[in-house]
Amino acid sequence: MDTFLGFDAVMLARMQFGFTVAFHFIFPAFSIGLASFLAVLNGLYLWRKNEAYLRLFKYWLKIFAITFAMGVVSGITMSYQFGTNWSVFSDIAGPVIGPLMAYEVLTAFFLEAGFLGIMIFGRDKVGPGLHMFACLMVAVGTAISATWILSVNSWMQTPQGFAIAENGQFVPEDWWAIIFNPSFPYRLAHTLTAAYLTTAFIVGGVGAWHLIRGHGENPGVRTMFSMAMWMATIVAPMQIFLGDMHGLNTLEHQPAKVMAMEGHFDSHPEGAPLYLFGIPDQEAQELKYAIGIPKLSSLILKHHLDAPLAGLDTIPREDQPPVAIVFWSFRIMVGLGFAMMGVGLWSLWARFRGRLYEAGWLHRAALVMGPSGLVAVIAGWITTEVGRQPYVVYGALRTAEAHSPLGASAVGTSLIAFVVIYFVVFGAGVAYILKLMHHAPALGERGVRVEPGPIRTSGITPDRQMRESGHDIAPETS
Amino acid sequence: MFYSIDLTVAWAFLLAFSVFVYVVLDGFDLGIGILYPFFRKKEDRDIMMNSVAPVWDGNETWLVLGGGGLFAAFPLAYAVIMPAVYPAIIAMLLALIFRGVAFEYRWRATSRLSKRAWDAAFIGGSVTAALAQGIILGAFLQGIEVEGRAYAGGWWDWLTPFSVLCGLAVVVGYAFLGACWLNMKLEGEIQHRVRIMARAFFVATLAGIIAVSVATPFLGAGYAARWFGWPQIALTAPVPLLIGGIALLLARSLFAHGRDIWPFLLALALFALCFLGLGVSIWPLAIPQEITIWEAAAPAKSQLFMFVGAIVLVPIILAYTGYAYWVFRGKLDPEKGYH
Ligand code: HDD
Ligand code: HEM
Ligand code: HEM
Repeated sequence: MDTFLGFDAVMLARMQFGFTVAFHFIFPAFSIGLASFLAVLNGLYLWRKNEAYLRLFKYWLKIFAITFAMGVVSGITMSYQFGTNWSVFSDIAGPVIGPLMAYEVLTAFFLEAGFLGIMIFGRDKVGPGLHMFACLMVAVGTAISATWILSVNSWMQTPQGFAIAENGQFVPEDWWAIIFNPSFPYRLAHTLTAAYLTTAFIVGGVGAWHLIRGHGENPGVRTMFSMAMWMATIVAPMQIFLGDMHGLNTLEHQPAKVMAMEGHFDSHPEGAPLYLFGIPDQEAQELKYAIGIPKLSSLILKHHLDAPLAGLDTIPREDQPPVAIVFWSFRIMVGLGFAMMGVGLWSLWARFRGRLYEAGWLHRAALVMGPSGLVAVIAGWITTEVGRQPYVVYGALRTAEAHSPLGASAVGTSLIAFVVIYFVVFGAGVAYILKLMHHAPALGERGVRVEPGPIRTSGITPDRQMRESGHDIAPETS
Repeated sequence: MFYSIDLTVAWAFLLAFSVFVYVVLDGFDLGIGILYPFFRKKEDRDIMMNSVAPVWDGNETWLVLGGGGLFAAFPLAYAVIMPAVYPAIIAMLLALIFRGVAFEYRWRATSRLSKRAWDAAFIGGSVTAALAQGIILGAFLQGIEVEGRAYAGGWWDWLTPFSVLCGLAVVVGYAFLGACWLNMKLEGEIQHRVRIMARAFFVATLAGIIAVSVATPFLGAGYAARWFGWPQIALTAPVPLLIGGIALLLARSLFAHGRDIWPFLLALALFALCFLGLGVSIWPLAIPQEITIWEAAAPAKSQLFMFVGAIVLVPIILAYTGYAYWVFRGKLDPEKGYH
């Protein structure tokens, strides 16, 4: 068989898709929340006329601009990847999911891109009202984008509303049923909330960092920490609730995925335990060293202690997803969800004691939890996607039958190119973002870009100009 | 049946339209990256980049519409073309990553060296993306081997002297568009230099157009028959004649003096005519020599569902995109830039 470094073409294509989409999603997960945060900050500034909000707006706008650019370029890769690596899938499923993705472009991507320039560079050109409108359009655009792409993904998880034509293509029958497929509302709510939480923890982490470094008097720092902690307090419990609902929906439509998440190799006719820990061994079809709480899984999933739950022993081996990956990624996500709720409650307690800005250990915890949203989001997607295996369109098209007629070396070479370039390019972007975060929001925070500088005729010496523009990000920490 | 045929034709036009909009819009901002090596001073490069910073993202979105629209309206064509030009597509995507992030990173780089590095990324990304797009066009024109519903050719079929010729033509063509754009947006000494560059790339672009046009009929009998057969020739003959006319006007506006907006507008017209010429060569094929647009079409239900939305949304998109261009209209004030 044609292989590259021991992997066949399908496996390499899967690795490539998983790698590039996970990398892509890191940026939307942050920019969806940040776009809304910026719109809120700008609105608060216009309403309250409080300079601190404008300062924060400009501060996060610079970070947003970089994040957004990384999201755009990594997203363009995604939209072509269906054709390059999954051409059979594209041919067969294109009539159903293609139109939804085209709608995403028409209703979301253009909206974001069209108003982004005005949001970033246009404040003085269009006036405050239109500028606010542009900020709103960008925020709305990110949410619309999420809506369509999640509808697509949900349809691949719980397909309905289509027929299979003679040439093998999936033909749409009922668009309403396709778009509002059973898992879509849950996935949309859970993912959008995830994006808000991700942003809240990043903003909170940056606020905490400056509080730890002794910028407790800086109103920008106080405001961002306080806003982020309110989000954590309110949204983290909501997310746990939504996640639970989502899990129930998955149990109904993709039971094998839930069995893998729970580590249930065996059926439990009178109440299944909730395994907290264990080492899944798919060969032996058992969960080794399992530590569980009796009957709790039945209580969560069926709302009854003694309700029977089927296990993977009812699923033929070739239809089972890889259990260990699903089992662990699910635990990472859920663990982080509860940790987030913990930080939220802790901050609430500190707030009521009037010590939100002095509570050293809370700040340290918030700092450590800064990237937790990103980790949870990726873990959640791995749960979702690996748990769907061995199908790419659940129950209708197997992953192994969906890939392009490409040699393993072609896919492998491009995979290596993606990995190397993504780490270099996006690594640099993350470094620039961290550098921006490293300085506290200053009085008279600068905009995204300084003047290009007088060309030649100006009185200012090029030297000084160079220094000024070169040090656009130079911290004015004070 | 009739109505599904009409829809397919409508989609072919809509896709051609978005590819054309992409080519001219991203064409001029990729062109700026291609021109970067000729401008070594930091201030020049800053202002060149600033002239497209507020709009490049919207420009590139037309590429996503082109790809996404092809996927949705002609999934079979999408599924055949992408594997056929695999390395060129991957190269284009990676190149667009470099050039896209350079817009943001360049302003964040503090050391001289890293600034240089992102300038190089901007140049390399722009040149590679343009070259890859031209090569993809060439590979498409020269024909793609199909068996059943899948690509059946080899991994290097796309790389031929003809496709490389197309690649080079696109690079100089984009540089020409970029120079015309800058000629419109800048003033003073730098504008003078940009104008000289526009003249040089104008000549190179004409050479490219002629070379590709002369080579195309030799690719296969189909093309020659389409262009020179009777009675089509009555319809096809005006295309080269019009191209000649526009070229004369362009020469006048570039070498003599006139309003700074003319070279850019005329360059757009030149590209539009070339695009029309391509249409004549290809129509009504989705994959040259192999698959027609009707064979590649998605079911009528898919095309109709999208078409309703596209008819409503594309004009709205054009309106607010036009508005964004309007906000940033006029000469760039080097004293102020954008904030
Ligand atoms: C839940 C949200 C979400 C998910 C699951 C995805 N994306 Fe995404 N995507 C966004 C949310 C988003 C966004 C927030 O809307 C972005 C980030 C930056 C931007 O321009 O829009 C974006 C950008 C973005 C772009 C660039 C748009 C532009 O040019 O402005 C493309 C082409 C895609 N995505 C395509 C995809 C594909 C093919 C995906 C899956 C396979 C995918 N995205 C997953
Ligand atoms: C944005 C967050 C997402 C992440 C992190 C993610 C992650 C992954 C991972 C890890 C895989 C590999 C699965 C495996 O090992 O078998 C995968 C595969 C795949 N995903 Fe996603 N995914 C995301 C969103 C999407 C969306 C929105 C779509 C549909 C539009 C999608 C469609 C696919 C397809 C077609 C494959 C390849 C087939 C497969 O191996 O299942 N994914 N994804
Ligand atoms: C205790 C809390 C949580 C529970 C019970 C939970 C539950 C779930 C479940 C069951 C799935 C899989 C859905 C499927 O099978 O398709 C899932 C997916 C996911 N989770 Fe969570 N989750 C929790 C916390 C979080 C947190 C804190 C985040 C991020 C901040 C998050 C982000 C995601 C994402 C992005 C996905 C994939 C998208 C999706 O299918 O919705 N989750 N979650």
